[in-house]
Amino acid sequence: MATEQVVQHQEEYDREIPKLGMWLFIFTELLFFGGLFLVYTVYRFENPKAFHFAAEELDVTIGTVNTIILLVSSATIAMSMTAIQKKQQRNTFLLLLVTFLLGVVFLVNKSFEWLEKFEHGHYPGSETLQSLGHGDTLFYGLYFAMTGLHALHVVIGVILIIVVMVKVKKGLITGERYALLENSGLYWHLVDIIWIFLFPLFYLVT
Amino acid sequence: MPEHHKNHVVPYKTYGFVLAGLIAFTLLSVAVTQIYLGPLSVFVALLLAGLKTTLVFMYFMHLKFERRTYIILVVFVLVLYVAVIVVTMLDYIFRIT
Repeated sequence: MATEQVVQHQEEYDREIPKLGMWLFIFTELLFFGGLFLVYTVYRFENPKAFHFAAEELDVTIGTVNTIILLVSSATIAMSMTAIQKKQQRNTFLLLLVTFLLGVVFLVNKSFEWLEKFEHGHYPGSETLQSLGHGDTLFYGLYFAMTGLHALHVVIGVILIIVVMVKVKKGLITGERYALLENSGLYWHLVDIIWIFLFPLFYLVT
Repeated sequence: MPEHHKNHVVPYKTYGFVLAGLIAFTLLSVAVTQIYLGPLSVFVALLLAGLKTTLVFMYFMHLKFERRTYIILVVFVLVLYVAVIVVTMLDYIFRIT
């Protein structure tokens, strides 16, 4: 057993390797959601009218508001990077807090949207959906699957942000050590990008 | 060894400008798709989404200020994805049913 070796973590702190790791993960996520968008494309090709009319049932206002919410939250988490690099610990925390709150509001809005659909008998496996045409069933199936998976990613992102906020408060994330903040930010931007494409394809292109 | 020269700090204001652009593109895509353009509306919506994504990649995700390798990787993944779409659609369109 080697006892002479002393690991000097302070000198070896590296942001680049964890960042590359997060980027590689982001690539897998892009291809994952990309695959689902491809499914949407083919089924839309096959059922243009059904997709058109089903999409009109979605509320463009809520969708737009949610889009702007995520865009602002992306800006605030990006700004938290500036804050930590400028050694502004308090601003970092506040910006993360705003990001967190915006993420929660997004999820609340999504819940209201889904609840409204459920009340109308539109939920995966419902008799109402099965009685509608094939195209409608496909549209709603894709809608719930894709926005549901996206919402799951938002939840994961929100939890990550909470972890980062706690660490910032405790001084475990600082202007010298902020890889976790940086990579959580990258993850959150990914969640934003996915929604940037979900929004037009489900809400706008009718 | 950590590269100290890569510690480029983006000013708060820059993020503000990018956000303004993103919101503008969002409102524009809502406005444009309200006018019926047929298959063109899909194209315009996706184009604007692509522009927004580029802004998020380059500024929020810092690619503009990182080593160029990251941009190459991202482009590679997107090209790969487009290739998958093209092959799938070629297969689908020429299917005999």
